[in-house]
Amino acid sequence: MSILVDRDTRVICQGITGKVGEFHTRGCLDYGTRMVGGVTPGKGGDAVAGLPVFDTVAEARDATGANATMIFVPPAFAADAILEAVAAGIELVIAITEGIPVLDMARVMPVVHASKSRLIGPNCPGVITPGECKIGIMPGYIHTPGHVGVMSRSGTLTYEAVWQLTQLGHGQSTCVGLGGDPLVGSSFIDILGLFQNDPDTHAILMMGEIGGSAEEEAAAYVKEHVTKPVAAFIAGRTAPPGKRMGHAGAIISGGKGTAEAKLAALRDAGIEVADSPADMGAALVRAIERRG
Amino acid sequence: MKIHEYQAKDLLRAAGVPVLAGRVATTPAEAAAAFTALGTPVCAVKAQIHAGGRGKGQVKGSGQRGVELAKSAADAERIAAGLLGKTLVTIQTGPEGQSVRRVFVESGCAIDRELYCAVLVDRRAGSPVLIASTAGGMDIEEVAARTPELILSEPFDPDRGLAGYQARLLAARLKLPTASWRHAETFFRRLCRAFVDLDASLVEVNPLVLTKDGTLVALDAKMTFDDNALYRHKDVAALRDEAEEEPAETRAAAAGLSYVKLNGTIGCLVNGAGLAMSTMDLVKYHGGEPANFLDVGGGADVKQVTEAFRIILSDKNVKAILVNIFGGIMRCTTIATALVEASKTVGFTVPLVVRLEGTEVEEGKKILASSGAAIITADGLTDAAKKVVAASKA
Repeated sequence: MSILVDRDTRVICQGITGKVGEFHTRGCLDYGTRMVGGVTPGKGGDAVAGLPVFDTVAEARDATGANATMIFVPPAFAADAILEAVAAGIELVIAITEGIPVLDMARVMPVVHASKSRLIGPNCPGVITPGECKIGIMPGYIHTPGHVGVMSRSGTLTYEAVWQLTQLGHGQSTCVGLGGDPLVGSSFIDILGLFQNDPDTHAILMMGEIGGSAEEEAAAYVKEHVTKPVAAFIAGRTAPPGKRMGHAGAIISGGKGTAEAKLAALRDAGIEVADSPADMGAALVRAIERRG
Repeated sequence: MKIHEYQAKDLLRAAGVPVLAGRVATTPAEAAAAFTALGTPVCAVKAQIHAGGRGKGQVKGSGQRGVELAKSAADAERIAAGLLGKTLVTIQTGPEGQSVRRVFVESGCAIDRELYCAVLVDRRAGSPVLIASTAGGMDIEEVAARTPELILSEPFDPDRGLAGYQARLLAARLKLPTASWRHAETFFRRLCRAFVDLDASLVEVNPLVLTKDGTLVALDAKMTFDDNALYRHKDVAALRDEAEEEPAETRAAAAGLSYVKLNGTIGCLVNGAGLAMSTMDLVKYHGGEPANFLDVGGGADVKQVTEAFRIILSDKNVKAILVNIFGGIMRCTTIATALVEASKTVGFTVPLVVRLEGTEVEEGKKILASSGAAIITADGLTDAAKKVVAASKA
């Protein structure tokens, strides 16, 4: 068991004929992911990495039975690619693309919410269930199958955490990169719910960042709904406020968004907090031990 | 991307949002001429820098404020002379301040009340939102923290824009006289439309003024833009004023690097924004002060890494450098080769601590070891942090 993806997930790549799309499609194939095709408008009938290329997502879905897509379409067209995947009824849409205009995503969000599709990202490393299915750009070999659910707003920080877990002998059920953009399809809360209901996930490690209020909301959710051990790290405790992105985000949430506010909320929810990024794996171990 | 107040006002005026008449000046004589041309009894002479808090800010040396009122052309000339070419220190510039290259001479108006409004994207609502408050002219973060009930917000769909009733709702809650509601509706809806049409990331009007004759005017205006959308707004992109930006940050951006200068002594070179931020945290946790945030991205090449080192070393405060790479897509061999290359071409004047992990890590370490370059290698994050902090204090 795992969340979102497993060995039966059938994946297409939107933007497969691009250099990056092709490179990572091959990476996913090498990992053992069931890649079944790709989409690039106007390139239908071609083949990339031994996979058929289609003009539209709908065609690709009909021909391959795909239920997940990995999007590498350039930023100016990526929002449209997400809409196309949702319209074609693809269940899991993972947008890797970095640099999509925020208002493009603001237009996409209501459509995603009104559909049955789940969007992960954009600007994220993807999703991996170790040993079964990798959709995205993360290095597969650092992961080990196991029972820790991992989620994060940042790519390389996730790799760091996964590496620490693997070295401490804790494998992962599924690792989810939520994405670093202001507007992303899935929040910590969405994924916490999935991990809580997954019998194969025994503990949860989350990496947040300063800005916004997603971490505070996650802490409140954990307090209310999550019975599994949870550990967390917040990046950016030392970032000077004047230089912060999303400076005005704090206005809406009533002064939230600082690292201090986030850490306090996490601790209040009984979450084990890592003080140093070197301590993420160890914090998870402490969280498990505390629960006995 | 940030722009100046006078540029923001030009954009808002073009979008039909009421602003006062004004002229930009680069010399005291131009400021005097602007006063005469505007023909109002009182003008505000405002320093134009990419930082807020100008009204309370002070010119280094003289203590003159960043915004002052002029009642004559001679007044305007004197105020402008006290600002142009001088350094203005505000709460947002840091103690070093920012050099004033232009002033904006703007006609006055009869103020009844000062309000606040802003448009930005709300992560939680997943949409743009118009925020307004009766607490105008104040530090809005403080208002939000102390009296959140004074902050009103109305989310809106980017394509439909702010609905008329939403604008009226805000007008009523801001306790504007009913005779001004029509003005408020026009003002708020056009402001939201401008935000969307220009792909702004923030439009902030503080203060928003209710004039004695019942109309609304943007007395100040601050606009920042979504860098990811600038490709479709060439006219906005042309408003960039590189002189206002940290030169090293501009240089980094040109090389495809993400760099933010800080005030510490330990230079950081990291792949990935989250890991870069965490590396700064790590340095501080072990008693050091980061000199910068620098994310080389996922696919940096030798040229970019070399440029990254040049930028870090151009900061004279840097006493040691920490390289922290978790090789995923980026191979450790690539970064190791780049490090050796950079050490030859750039020439390191400070100790360099390197922590490599991930793809091709063993081969990468061999490249470093056999290069003969003066590199301190580290195993793990904690070891790296301790070594670089020690080196910076040696």
